[in-house]
Amino acid sequence: MTETAEGTAGLIGQPLPRKEDARLITGQTRWTDNIVLPGLLHLAILRSPIAHARITGVDVSAARELPGVIAAYTGADLAAELGALPCAWPVTPDMVHPDHHPLAVDEVRHVGEAVAVVVARDRYTAADALESIEVDYEPLPVVTDMLEAVKDEALVHSDKGTNTSFVWPFEGGDYEAAKARADVVVARRYIQQRLIANAMEPRSVVVEPIAAAGEFTVYSATQIPHILRLMLALTTGIPEQKLRVVAPDVGGGFGSKLDVYAEEVIALVVARKLGRPIKWTASRSECYQTTVHGRDQIQDLEIAATRDGRILGLSVDLKADMGAYLQLVTPGVPLLGAFMFNSIYKMEGYRFRCAGVFTNKVPTDAYRGAGRPEATFGIERIITELAAELGMDPMEIRRKNWITHEEFPYTTIAGLTYDSGNYEAATDRAMELFDYQALRAEQESRRQSGDRVQLGIGISTFTEMCGLAPSRVLGSLAYGAGGWEAASIRMLPSGKVEVVTGSSPHGQGHVTSWSQIAADALGVPFEDIQVIHGDTKSSPMGMDTYGSRSLVVGGVAVHLAAGKVIDKARRVAAHLLEAAEGDVDFADGVFSVKGSPDARRSIQEVALATFAAHDFPEGMEPTLNSEVVLDPENFSFPHGTHLCAVDVDTETGATSIRRYVAVDDVGKVVNPLIVEGQVHGGLAQGIAQALYEEAVYDTEGNLQSGTMADYMLPAASDFPEFVTDRTETPATSNPLGVKGVGEAGTIASTPAVVNAVVDALRHLGVNDVRMPCSPERVWRAINAATGQSSDKAGA
Amino acid sequence: MARIDVTVDGLRYVDDVEPRLLLVHYLRERLGKVGTPIGCDTSNCGACTVSMDGVTVKSCSVLAVQADGAQITTIEGLARDGEQHPVQRAFNQHHALQCGYCTPGMIMASVDLLKNNPSPTDQEIREGLEGNLCRCTGYQNIVRAVSSAAETLRVGGESA
Repeated sequence: MTETAEGTAGLIGQPLPRKEDARLITGQTRWTDNIVLPGLLHLAILRSPIAHARITGVDVSAARELPGVIAAYTGADLAAELGALPCAWPVTPDMVHPDHHPLAVDEVRHVGEAVAVVVARDRYTAADALESIEVDYEPLPVVTDMLEAVKDEALVHSDKGTNTSFVWPFEGGDYEAAKARADVVVARRYIQQRLIANAMEPRSVVVEPIAAAGEFTVYSATQIPHILRLMLALTTGIPEQKLRVVAPDVGGGFGSKLDVYAEEVIALVVARKLGRPIKWTASRSECYQTTVHGRDQIQDLEIAATRDGRILGLSVDLKADMGAYLQLVTPGVPLLGAFMFNSIYKMEGYRFRCAGVFTNKVPTDAYRGAGRPEATFGIERIITELAAELGMDPMEIRRKNWITHEEFPYTTIAGLTYDSGNYEAATDRAMELFDYQALRAEQESRRQSGDRVQLGIGISTFTEMCGLAPSRVLGSLAYGAGGWEAASIRMLPSGKVEVVTGSSPHGQGHVTSWSQIAADALGVPFEDIQVIHGDTKSSPMGMDTYGSRSLVVGGVAVHLAAGKVIDKARRVAAHLLEAAEGDVDFADGVFSVKGSPDARRSIQEVALATFAAHDFPEGMEPTLNSEVVLDPENFSFPHGTHLCAVDVDTETGATSIRRYVAVDDVGKVVNPLIVEGQVHGGLAQGIAQALYEEAVYDTEGNLQSGTMADYMLPAASDFPEFVTDRTETPATSNPLGVKGVGEAGTIASTPAVVNAVVDALRHLGVNDVRMPCSPERVWRAINAATGQSSDKAGA
Repeated sequence: MARIDVTVDGLRYVDDVEPRLLLVHYLRERLGKVGTPIGCDTSNCGACTVSMDGVTVKSCSVLAVQADGAQITTIEGLARDGEQHPVQRAFNQHHALQCGYCTPGMIMASVDLLKNNPSPTDQEIREGLEGNLCRCTGYQNIVRAVSSAAETLRVGGESA
């Protein structure tokens, strides 16, 4: 490791500790809430305690009189300036897209919706002043359950006449024809419960105006500084060139900071009004009520197969809860599932339909995996049920139906072309690490002896679509932007290097990985690379970070930009060495002339010579800098096999993961330390969906799991030690062979765990347990199946 | 207003504070000690963990007036003579952080854990850190880092 760290090539694949850490482990951080500016004012927001009501009066006059309060505004006061929050994904031409005021004007539609704002000299005074605001609410009917909402009895947006935002159908092959030929059809309804992302850093925004120039700098805890800049310009009318958006250190996102939030717009507009810097930072409980939630689907699935276990067709009918409004990509999230329910399996008929449904709850949007975990859960659960129905081993049925490694590239029934993969290799390795046969034998013996603690084995053989995305594909899906990413490299006169990326990291370690990519290509020391990101002034072009896209698009763009630098430097080196360009080799940071080993120039020497430009190739500009905007030619398709063994206490319903093996194939790996960390974190979030987490609303629309004390966010003691390994089947659609890893663990693990829980209880007659599989739910499922209680399974 | 006399990371401060002012807000907003972040409002997450007279506290759950006369160490004061604490180094070596937001509290809690139990098992580390939540790492590398730091401290005879 030492040799490579000192700067020879071969840095890709090295487990280098991260550059980012030095600041983070010593507290020298730049979280948005750390920012203090001269004259900074604090903004606090009064939020609706009622899920659906007409606002008949808001009186902020008493708040305005309080010492230390600078201003207070109602929704009506600011309506003309605030505009409406954007949704960038109108999935159908007739999608019902209600206005979404950052500050409610005449109606509130979920608990937590902003109603009034106070600006004060400090945050305690601002919070106090909220209590002086009087609001009159006239309650309206509340609907929180999608099955009720689709009846259109209680309307979330009464002027729209319906709670259905859109219906999006998709077909690949003829499902009905496939079903007609089937020996067996298994139908199931699965519930994807609502989740809360819980990035550890609460959302925060600081706006710094330069009033006389009409210029604004917005610091925000966001994943998307570039998209946010454009959207804030469009929303507020502030010219884009007068807006600078900075994502300083950002403490996690998981999709929840992939949005344009009311508070970002409100803070900007108030800063413009007052000409003073403004800060707003959410409390955690405020985050629960305002930051987008994830998942929340009802999945009606049908799988048709032959008696010997060959899948013929799959039908998917989704209801996806939008919440009360459409946020930035709310409607598009469940539709990503359209391309993923068929997963790694071959079939002849496939049908997908998704209805987006409004309810009086916080809007949903991307949460780690965004549409793909939901799809993977559905297919991996129902294929397991199909195996049970046919009396087959659940791994055998997967082997029988998956795309074999000889068949790549393979165009699926959903129309995507998977460039590469080897499901056999990943599965073989996982089975070996897991000791599958021994655990099956133990399971059998425990069943025979009627052990109180039963053993279950769960399988998930998954793939995902990452590297979002070819712009033309996004266009065909009516997404409002492209899928490219920008990178530029600046060779400084001293031979040091600045890498500017449009990716916007918030924990992923891009500074380290991008340094490895650039140092590897340029043959300069790892330490000599500075990665610049997250500021529209210094990294003006970008599509930001989400969807496991950063390495596959942004990282590859860095690699390509380095190639352009080398091309330019080679021309300069050839000139300096008085050789033909074709005779100049480049290796380990040194240009040399073929056959004349002493005729050499290091890339640093070339950089200095370029700066001086005294002796330079005719017609060439004196710069080695380069810029690449990469539009990927395809998605990437990481895959893997995850196996989970769970002990279930049949008397208490308590579950305990005994062994978890994850073998992932994410293609070529830049930094295995970082990749393993991403897998661990992903596993934790996916397992948490299976066993622990749920955002619970009561019928009045109150978020009962509305604080960190009420939402079961798992701690270290709630997880086992994971066994992870990798197989490596390089992507063929990019020169680094990388596929992305950010979401894999989350996508794969949820069905692996639930399959294991159900498997432990199948001999008792249980064929489903609704998530999260809490002891109570497991206990009720057992009792329902064994007739010991009248409770329904999965209640 | 109440007067407090408090030593933070080796420097003494005498300040008048509102009785309701939280210690974490005093550290962050009065002293500029922004290395200690705030992650929740229910004392669940532990991001704001600091050491007060040798005992870890969640500084969102302590009033500044309760710190009167106390010696407080934050993540910013953990290094000694320019050398990072072995737990800090281990977090870097074992990739025990991603976004880093929980890290100051996680490190402070780990230092305290090792002071009380110099040779913890992995399970004891997991249980010892139950009061600190991390959303990025799945905790596995945190356990590795703390275990490795324990060994460094035992071998080197360094005090936690």
